[in-house]
Amino acid sequence: MTRQVPPSSSPTVVTSGGSRVGLWIRRVLLIALLAGLVALPFVADAFTLRLANVIGMNALVVLGLVLLAGYAGLASLGQAAFVGTGAYVAAILASTYGMNPWLSVVAGILASIVIAWLIGLITLRLKGHFLALATLAWGLVITGILRNWMDVTGGNTGFGSATGNRIPPLSFFGDAIRGDREYFVLVWGALLLAVWLVLNLMRSRVGRAIKSLRGGAIAAASFGVDVQRIKMITFLIAAALAALAGGLHTYRELFIVPNLAALGASIDYMIMTVVGGLASIWGALAGSAVFVLLKEQLQQVLPGLIGRTGNYEIIAFGLILVLVLQYARRGLVPMIDGLLPRRPARPVNAGAAPLPARPAVNVTGPLLVLEEVTRSFGGLTAVNRLSFEVELGEVVGLIGPNGAGKTTAFNLITGVLSVNGGRISFAGTDITRKQPHEVARLGLARTFQHLNVSPSMSLIENVSLGAYSRTRSGLWSGLIGLGGAEEERVRAEAYRQLQRVGLADDPFARADSLPLGKLRLLEVARALMADPTLLLLDEPAAGLRVHEKEDLKALVRRLQAEGVTVLLVEHDMDVVMDLADRIVVMNHGERLARGTPAEVRSDPAVVEAYLGKEEA
Amino acid sequence: MLDIPLILFFEGLTNGAIYALMALGLVVLYSVTGVINVAIGEFVMISALTVASLRDGSVPGTIYLLIAGLVLWAVYGAIADLRARRAAKALWSLAWPLLAGAVAYLLVLAISRTAMPYLAHIAVAILLTTALGPVAHRVIVQPLPRASALVYLILTIGLHLALTGLGLAFWGPQPYTLPPFSQGRLRLGPVLMDHQDIWLLAVSLLLLVLLWWFFSRTLHGKALRAAAVNKLGARLSGISVVRAGRTAFTLQVFLASVAGVLITPITKMAYDFGFLIGLKGFVGAIIGGLSNPLVAVIGAVFVGLAEQFSAFYISSAYKDVLVFLLIIPVLLVRSLQHVDFEEHVE
Repeated sequence: MTRQVPPSSSPTVVTSGGSRVGLWIRRVLLIALLAGLVALPFVADAFTLRLANVIGMNALVVLGLVLLAGYAGLASLGQAAFVGTGAYVAAILASTYGMNPWLSVVAGILASIVIAWLIGLITLRLKGHFLALATLAWGLVITGILRNWMDVTGGNTGFGSATGNRIPPLSFFGDAIRGDREYFVLVWGALLLAVWLVLNLMRSRVGRAIKSLRGGAIAAASFGVDVQRIKMITFLIAAALAALAGGLHTYRELFIVPNLAALGASIDYMIMTVVGGLASIWGALAGSAVFVLLKEQLQQVLPGLIGRTGNYEIIAFGLILVLVLQYARRGLVPMIDGLLPRRPARPVNAGAAPLPARPAVNVTGPLLVLEEVTRSFGGLTAVNRLSFEVELGEVVGLIGPNGAGKTTAFNLITGVLSVNGGRISFAGTDITRKQPHEVARLGLARTFQHLNVSPSMSLIENVSLGAYSRTRSGLWSGLIGLGGAEEERVRAEAYRQLQRVGLADDPFARADSLPLGKLRLLEVARALMADPTLLLLDEPAAGLRVHEKEDLKALVRRLQAEGVTVLLVEHDMDVVMDLADRIVVMNHGERLARGTPAEVRSDPAVVEAYLGKEEA
Repeated sequence: MLDIPLILFFEGLTNGAIYALMALGLVVLYSVTGVINVAIGEFVMISALTVASLRDGSVPGTIYLLIAGLVLWAVYGAIADLRARRAAKALWSLAWPLLAGAVAYLLVLAISRTAMPYLAHIAVAILLTTALGPVAHRVIVQPLPRASALVYLILTIGLHLALTGLGLAFWGPQPYTLPPFSQGRLRLGPVLMDHQDIWLLAVSLLLLVLLWWFFSRTLHGKALRAAAVNKLGARLSGISVVRAGRTAFTLQVFLASVAGVLITPITKMAYDFGFLIGLKGFVGAIIGGLSNPLVAVIGAVFVGLAEQFSAFYISSAYKDVLVFLLIIPVLLVRSLQHVDFEEHVE
């Protein structure tokens, strides 16, 4: 797979396999698409251009849904509500209040962002489907308001010139933009710009954070990602794109109706997203094109078949939605992409400057201190007044029989669970009430008992996710494609961490090609990306073969020698006894014993907890 | 005119009882399977319009839907058996759904041509619609085991669209009405209530009590609850998660189909009316956090009451707006509650 410079000379640029052909096919397709788009306004008739504009405006909305549903795993069933908000705010401001049309589009986008922000505030802390239900309800609310607030919105008859509310056209240096031919340039210009921004974003640090949400919020937070904030950013971008589509719709039609915001339209956007590819940016274009053209055909054919007029195409779209999810869940564009020869991954410039190192901690006393930490679930006290500390540079093992409270203790330290009582401090900072991402940013990295890697991503991409807390690029620089230099350093750093754990043979292989033992090492490499002061390993030896355990032990010893402090929660006595300088034994949520491996092994209370009381 | 609040109260209660059946069905299915069934309201519509067809003496489209589903069931079952190299079983898997479909068709054909009492038509319609429950579960949900709540949600949106469109194809756009189960009015203190309102309240209450008994007293019900709490644990103790999911789905569809025949004599029904009823059940279910059946039922009744009172005292045009706005304070309170980080992860 990988062509590497011979090991004698240290590699500077590491390139992947995958054929140049794959790259060229994609380039040719992209150029063909762009050429077709440039040619279209010159050759196409008005009807085709109109369809193309509808496709383009839908694709703007779907692009937002791809980010939201496909990458961040959040569904919105109310994207049409944001379209409607953008459309109506623009129309009313321009028509009733005489605002400049361009400014009114911006105002519509801002209004949608504010509404999305409010919805996000009350739903993003809850489970994901509450966002879907809240946006669905919001869509019904806004549609109800648009239909009934006659004085302002014109009600069901609509708003625009036909009802006496003249909407002024958008104009370009005094020339009104009219007709689908001129609009085509505007709509597709806006769409391609948006696609470019989103492509940049997904290649940036913020994009990596969005992708990390797919592995679950706990994992993302463990890389230092503020999950609420990233979800909110994604939701706001999606709302802004929808509102932009709404504003463009207003000025193309100069007449708008409440159905623009209705649930049916929101569902249409969801269908386009699923058909094109939930997690595919170009899928947004393909999905809306397929949907619009198919709907056009079905509306002509179906009523004839059934013998009555009506929106029978929803039967077909319902079935398509079900079948795509059941048999082609990735969607159209990723499926086609999978048929083409693979394109080579971006090479790693191993010579790139290293990411800034974490400043050495300066603590007097232990690095991690738990004082009388307690946590109960209902009536069950899972951790009871647990106290122990971890000194800088130590490897400490936390052991105990099943149900002793080890995992709960681990979750309390990382902030995934909150304590009922007691105090936890790390490097002199009180972290008792801190959120998981705040704890992670202080230099506490972890691995997972139940593996948490993205199977379809390459090793280097998986490891790169861990760099979040060591990098700085923000949303805006990500959108316009700055921060490439930092990304190059991230990839170089990821390659170095892969080398450190011994997985650098094929950094571009998909994670699901690795056996369990190596996946555990991959998680360690990802945790090391944060340059952690303290590394928490959650049952790293679970399910490993004998030689894999040996590799793991060697790695932990090497890390300790390099100055990393390690807290090891482990079942495997052999591994713990070999590695740990000191051991803390838990039983029934309490600390049973602590000491060196030899001391713990000879402690009668420990022997009893593990082997049962000896009959007298 | 002193009685207006009381009249509104009883009207709200009748609607609320219907929403409560929806909310309960949603909570049960979500707890057991993680599926949020957006299409619940379509089953309300189907059962009501099935009665209308039967009373007309025509064959309801429902049976074609059932047969189509059974054919798919047969194909899926046979393929699964062939993949597991059980040829003999594959034959049986192929045969029984087709046989069941044929028998059901003949029965429905016979029934549609026979004069029958109204209540018998209602029973047939509920049975026929409820039979769609396991079929929908087998054909729509089961092929995607272990999908996320998000994927299930989109999946049932597909079901909602297909069933709405088929409803339009089978029954056309016009609203249908059904006669009340019995004619007459009953004086309850100062309020005069239609018999149908009393039927509705009584049957809903009976169903709620039966469900409570089912979940707290029967082994089957306890098994469902176990599957809701811990899927792995349930499987280890011999409870089939697939079967638990199918039972929950069937139960939900049953509740919806009863709701359909109860409410239609009061409000009329068309192919697209069911959806809104289902959505209002959602508001109740959300008040119960999609997990607490008792709070969901109370929430749903509250939705019914809020709807009537706001329609009268605030604005009838905005009553739906106000009902759906109800979820905002609910979600606000929920998100202000302290939750462990772990809990708001999917």
